[in-house]
Amino acid sequence: MKKALVWLALVAGSLMFCVPFAWTLSTAFKTSEEYARNPAALVPTHPTLANFPKAWTALPFPTFVLNTVVITLVCTVASVVTGSLVAYGFSRFRFRWRNVLFCAMLATMMLPGQVTQIPVFLIWRDLHAIDTFAPLIVPAFFGGGAFNIFLMRQFFLTIPRELDEAALMDGASYPQIWWRVLLPLSGPVIATVSIFAFLANWDAFEGPLIYLNSPEKYTVSVGLRMFQDSYGTNFEQLMAASVIHILPTVVLFLIAQRYFLKGISLSGLGGR
Amino acid sequence: MTRQRREAVWGMAFITPWLVGFLCFTLGPMLTSLWLSLNKYDLVTHQFVGFENYRRILQADPLFWKSLQNTVLYAVFTVPLGIAGSLAIALLLNQKVRGIPVFRTCFYLPSMVPAVAGALVWSWVFNADNGVLNQALGFLGLPHIQWLQDERYTLFAFVLMSLWGVGGQRMIIFLAGLQGISETYYEAAKIDGASVLQQFRHITLPMLSPVMFFNMVLGVIGAFQVFTSAYIMTSGGPNNASLFYALYLFRNAFEYFKFGKAAALAWLLFVLLLGLTLVQFKNSKKWVFYEGEAK
Repeated sequence: MKKALVWLALVAGSLMFCVPFAWTLSTAFKTSEEYARNPAALVPTHPTLANFPKAWTALPFPTFVLNTVVITLVCTVASVVTGSLVAYGFSRFRFRWRNVLFCAMLATMMLPGQVTQIPVFLIWRDLHAIDTFAPLIVPAFFGGGAFNIFLMRQFFLTIPRELDEAALMDGASYPQIWWRVLLPLSGPVIATVSIFAFLANWDAFEGPLIYLNSPEKYTVSVGLRMFQDSYGTNFEQLMAASVIHILPTVVLFLIAQRYFLKGISLSGLGGR
Repeated sequence: MTRQRREAVWGMAFITPWLVGFLCFTLGPMLTSLWLSLNKYDLVTHQFVGFENYRRILQADPLFWKSLQNTVLYAVFTVPLGIAGSLAIALLLNQKVRGIPVFRTCFYLPSMVPAVAGALVWSWVFNADNGVLNQALGFLGLPHIQWLQDERYTLFAFVLMSLWGVGGQRMIIFLAGLQGISETYYEAAKIDGASVLQQFRHITLPMLSPVMFFNMVLGVIGAFQVFTSAYIMTSGGPNNASLFYALYLFRNAFEYFKFGKAAALAWLLFVLLLGLTLVQFKNSKKWVFYEGEAK
């Protein structure tokens, strides 16, 4: 009895959460005639793929996707490499001010981005880097953000120190320990951090909006907005374009689901 | 070099990337923006004006108050609703029934949708003529609502949309918390004849309170930064009904190029959030229960 009720609530809830998805998908597969006639029909009577190539070519979408992929990949790799170096420093070495610096790093998570946004913009302007990828990419080379470093440090703390000591005895240098001992054992956290970095960059809107001016440098997020401006009433194509934007994240989630849900709980964020 | 000294040098070397980034992209800009907030700084002028920006914002800027009001209202609704919603889903997903992984995916997926695509999907859901929501209302014989054009409903529409994301990270954090509660408490309570409701009230809630506190602090900070959806769906309209604080700040900075005023707005936001967080920490002593802490 109780199980049946729980199950019913789960089914009803998940259906509600999937409604916007379902209609987005069905709209993307409708012809404009059908959409005009019956916009709410969940299953298109004459499903068509035509909206996808139309949306794809209406704007320089291939360019947007390429730009986003380049920015996302560089940022993801840079965050993992530099973030794990910093996490190594914070988790394995004793030095003056270590705890103060670590607390300062955690505190930056509470800082609203707006506080630093304008001076950082002025720096890039003075470096003549507006309308380049530099303002979007370079910050990832400094550890990739506090949360990123925190996750990796927490994970490193669970790796037995004896392994480091043994490698040290065998004459390994510290960078070698980082590369040969810690990183090979850090698969789960590297996966988690990469997924977060990928999502954050694929999703990023405000940064590209501020820094990119010419359409050939746009990312998908900013490009989609342009699509909305010029094809705003053409919902079938707009939804097709949205599907293109959503698809990689959904595929990534389905593939990496296990890591994704685990990485959060083992990060010690469960409040204890 | 002694071993300790060598270790310290290497440690500092490894954290250098972060330290340099912290100085160049966080601490330096923070201080600069504090200084900028005391200046009239736009494309033509740059002069020190003391607290003039702050005075004007607080005394003679109706849009500042409007955006603050919108944002506070948004937070007042979305934070408790978000916590209740994500807790409810976590409780359901913590039951032992068939198909949990499928349900978990259904609830989690919406929070994976990129913000811009999500905003586009929802501007279509809320579409006055043929959006899903109005179609459903029509089906029930109710009149259509101009969700994003009628200023009485716009804020409500944004609150509704935010609920779509409650199955995301916050829910996972609750779920992790739930799974950390030892079964023995419930068994003991059952033997003592406690009802399901009593178990929830006296075991689940206190044991989850640290997680709830964490979600609340981050929820408030997140609610005050809502930007992309408003920028895409309504541009702050109609009649500024969805002009949120972050959107107003963005406009001052990157559309009107009033850098001084925007820096002052950013610092006001920072101080406000810091204050809210401190109040929550102080309050938390009354209701947050830490296992193993001596009482």
